[in-house]
Amino acid sequence: MTEVSTPLEKQRSRAAAATKRGRRTAAGQGFGRPSVTWALPGIIFFGLFAIVPMALAVYLSFCSWDGLTSPTLVGLDNWTRLFKDPEFRQAGWLSLLLTVISWAFQTPIALMLGVWAAGRQRNRAVLSAIFFVPLLLSTTAIAVLFHSLLDPNFGVIKEIGPWFGIDPNILGSSTGALLTVAFVGGWQFMPFHTLIYQGGTRQIPQVLYQAAAIDGAGPVRQFFSITLPQLRNTITTSSVLMIVGSLTYFDTVLIMTKGGPGTDTTIVPYLMYRTGFQSYDLGYASAIATALVVVATALSLLMVKFSGFGSMRSTREGM
Amino acid sequence: MAAVLAGCGSGSGTGAAEGTLTAYVYGDDAVKVQQAAVDEFNKTSDVKVKLVSVPGAEYVNKLRTAMGSPNAPDVFFNWGGGSIKPYVDAGQLVDLSPHFQKDETLRRGFLPSIVEAGSLDGKVYGVPMRGMQPVMLFYNKSLFAENNLQPPKTWDDLQKAISTFKAKKITPFALGGTDAWTQLMWLEYLLDRIGGPEVFKKIQNGDSSAWGDPAVLKAAQTTRQLIDDGAFGKNFNSVSYSKGGAPALFAQGKAAMHLMGSWEYSTQLGKAPDFAKKDLAWTAFPTVAGGTGDPGNVVGNPTNYWSVNARTKHKDAAIDFLKSMASKEYSKALVDNGDIPTTANASQLLQTSPNPGFAEFQYKMVQLAPSFTLSWDQALEASKATPMLTEINKLFAGKSTPEQFVEALKALK
Repeated sequence: MTEVSTPLEKQRSRAAAATKRGRRTAAGQGFGRPSVTWALPGIIFFGLFAIVPMALAVYLSFCSWDGLTSPTLVGLDNWTRLFKDPEFRQAGWLSLLLTVISWAFQTPIALMLGVWAAGRQRNRAVLSAIFFVPLLLSTTAIAVLFHSLLDPNFGVIKEIGPWFGIDPNILGSSTGALLTVAFVGGWQFMPFHTLIYQGGTRQIPQVLYQAAAIDGAGPVRQFFSITLPQLRNTITTSSVLMIVGSLTYFDTVLIMTKGGPGTDTTIVPYLMYRTGFQSYDLGYASAIATALVVVATALSLLMVKFSGFGSMRSTREGM
Repeated sequence: MAAVLAGCGSGSGTGAAEGTLTAYVYGDDAVKVQQAAVDEFNKTSDVKVKLVSVPGAEYVNKLRTAMGSPNAPDVFFNWGGGSIKPYVDAGQLVDLSPHFQKDETLRRGFLPSIVEAGSLDGKVYGVPMRGMQPVMLFYNKSLFAENNLQPPKTWDDLQKAISTFKAKKITPFALGGTDAWTQLMWLEYLLDRIGGPEVFKKIQNGDSSAWGDPAVLKAAQTTRQLIDDGAFGKNFNSVSYSKGGAPALFAQGKAAMHLMGSWEYSTQLGKAPDFAKKDLAWTAFPTVAGGTGDPGNVVGNPTNYWSVNARTKHKDAAIDFLKSMASKEYSKALVDNGDIPTTANASQLLQTSPNPGFAEFQYKMVQLAPSFTLSWDQALEASKATPMLTEINKLFAGKSTPEQFVEALKALK
């Protein structure tokens, strides 16, 4: 059979094939079609390791539980506490701030690097491979590395900080610590987003650029009039991943700042960890976790809705 | 993880006369001493002890998870006080008081203040099993000599040392402010010297309003004063203890003193052996003018304890094993490892320690102490200790005033 592109054509040709060759071949064709059974292993794993724990966390958010004795139902106690807790409010605000900073920091750079890496310049492959290295390191290793670089007495920052007028006490200052967390995360995940943008850029048909060139558009005009609009869905994908990633950011904070100075880098996931696994207030920690899931899901749904990504409109309209 | 679970699995489900009892221990260098004791015990006992060494950073969480599951250890390492309170409240621990009353080996085996420090509501739940870890003031002998200073005995001495070192561009005290527990040590000693150990005793017994005692405010104000005077330098908030920042400052002579647990000695011996041998010296925390606390009082970790799970099938064997902690052989092994045991017989062994002078000083300090206050973060339950550490970090970072600090602590429930 030939490759078919539209569902209508597919149906027509399938029907034709079925009448021609009778039942035997029809059964053979059915074999190649994906069915629900194929998804079963995936569904089971997802259910067991994502849905069940999430449901448990929701249940626990209505309980008081110290992890030792059995949980006791306390109704809405944890939730009313959550809405009144100034620490949670601060953590939410910090998480939001971190998300915005991370997005604003990573997106333009990743986008430009991705577009550049999609080209055919000399040494491009080598440089791309080098850019990719941070993603291959574990977050923990990166946090430990940056922590030593930023040690105010023995780190590189002590030597080069003063050249730029930077006080080496970065991790000890509120703004410095939060910016560091955003920077380290950005440094690690930018290659990943670069890769997404590279893939997206390569999907853009060359004819568009050729046509634009004939019309006299230079590289800058081509970037803003072709590349950027064509990458709309890629930007959405990357941003959703970035935002959900920033909201669940944790390891770097645990290793580099421990939520400090004071509580100035205590973002929501770290507050959840502290409440659950240091204070052993697992009911309240579950409420925080549930709130985080709700916010993250809502945010990504909103982004998908307002970017038009959900309707899967083609970026090649008018072609 | 799997190995641990498998280990516990084999502990339960076997017969009563024979079998295995599982012991969780905090996994660090000292485990070899416990392993030797286990090997020795297993030679003669029908019930074998299986030692599970849990990596230090995971210890508390793993224990908590295990104790809530059917695969709980029979015997486990802990810090006494608040660290075992949830287990006591859940009825999961064996009350060892009757055994301590009946049994000569247990009753006379250990320093009484140490056994008491690990008890809860007058009941004994722990048998001391490792070295003592009092907090003391370490200082750089050469720097003090060069500047004609004596180790500080009073607050005035301390002030003089601070201003002398500041004038020489030397940070008076190394402090790893990323780790809130290093800051906690200052408040522990200041409160003890200013108001005596009774204030914290009340708090430990559940009276949160005792945080409102004027001595707590005074201790917080004194801390604030030290910070403002530059006693810890300018960037202590981005210095870590656990990643080696503060010990390195101290070892390189960039800081003159370090308030730290007795393990500072072995830390320095490992990381900066020359400094440890030539310049490292130690003294007690100075007195504070107008304070009512006895200058002999000590804070820190009295020691670590073994506790027995109430659900164990081998209670007698477990207690037999714990008795071996009082033996001379076990104490000797601890001393050889550089630890100072809390057993009554330890004083005769100290001369064989790798550093008899340090061992002797430490043992006397604890033995003669009218009171030994367990580190607050271990004495209180985790649900109070965690926010307390956060508040202390805020005080040091200048995010709250001493008054706000006191109010926040009073609100802990």
